[in-house]
Amino acid sequence: MSSPNSAYPDTPEQTTKPKRHEWPLWEVFIRGQHGMSHRHVGSLHAPDAEMAIKNARDVYTRRNEGVSIWVVEARHISASSPSDKGPLYEPSESKVYRHPTFFDIPEDVGAM
Amino acid sequence: MSVSSDQLFEFLCRMGDNTLVLGHRVSEWCGHAPVLEEDIALANTALDLIGQTQMWLGLAAEVEGKGRSADDLAMLRDVWDFRNVLLVEQPNGDFGQTLMRQFLFDAWHLAMLKALMQSSEPRIAEIAAKAIKEVQYHVERSADTVIGLGDGTSESHRRMQAALDLLYPYVGEMFVPDALDDLMAEAGIAPDLAALRGGYDAHVGQVMAEATLTLPEGGFAHKGGKSGFQHSEHLGHMLTQMQWMQRAYPGASW
Repeated sequence: MSSPNSAYPDTPEQTTKPKRHEWPLWEVFIRGQHGMSHRHVGSLHAPDAEMAIKNARDVYTRRNEGVSIWVVEARHISASSPSDKGPLYEPSESKVYRHPTFFDIPEDVGAM
Repeated sequence: MSVSSDQLFEFLCRMGDNTLVLGHRVSEWCGHAPVLEEDIALANTALDLIGQTQMWLGLAAEVEGKGRSADDLAMLRDVWDFRNVLLVEQPNGDFGQTLMRQFLFDAWHLAMLKALMQSSEPRIAEIAAKAIKEVQYHVERSADTVIGLGDGTSESHRRMQAALDLLYPYVGEMFVPDALDDLMAEAGIAPDLAALRGGYDAHVGQVMAEATLTLPEGGFAHKGGKSGFQHSEHLGHMLTQMQWMQRAYPGASW
């Protein structure tokens, strides 16, 4: 096995790296005072879901930002790949008729 | 049973000095906590306690009627005038020791404020009702951390047991009433402290059982803080830090 540090071949290679215990990463979503939906506000570390909510309360709601907190472990989030941007999004660019701007919305409907 | 303004002042100083001294102690972690999340949480707790201090000492100053402010009481009294219990002035030690001190105080604080919400003195009941919302969160958080570290690794368990052994003898002072406490209880201003002990023991006992920690034997209690008879050496050192600015530059303001 070749040493990664070939300039110093006498340096013994470290075979077992000390295991680093890190709390998992959590993504935090907060529903604001007037918002209808939870919005992603950032992330933090915590040992479990309960502590993640407590940490989120302390880190992200200090200025009375929210009425509800969701946390989800970051590893559970599946994301689209940036390199797929073309096939995923470009086809819809030329299809303006998909926007509902060609209809008059009756006033009784209210906010949509 | 009538209570003089001196006696009421003394009682309010006990409440305000507890939150002031513990608030300052907890603030000493600011920028030093083991992880960012805990750093912010501790700073929040410290700020809550300092905010409560403003209410308690503000009322104390008003009751005293000598033209002093909450700031004067906090920054210009010397160690022998402080009326906090010895527990809150104990040094931070390691992170576990800080959280153990916090939990042992929080559990008492919650029971005390719950009772003070029924105080015959409406201004006290009002402060208690405002503070209890913060303290409910403090005790939830500190209990969770004590359980997490106590029932954690062998290293964290060892440290938490050592912290409990060190700090538990300071619990008694919070519950042993002196003449002033008796007077406050008779007047309906504050609860009978001894009567709070049963609920506290049940609460602490349950958390320690979950944390796999053992309460030390024996009922010895360090005393002398809330009466002002004898603070531990640590309070004076703490005040040199906390009061430095007002001592060096009297009257300095923003």
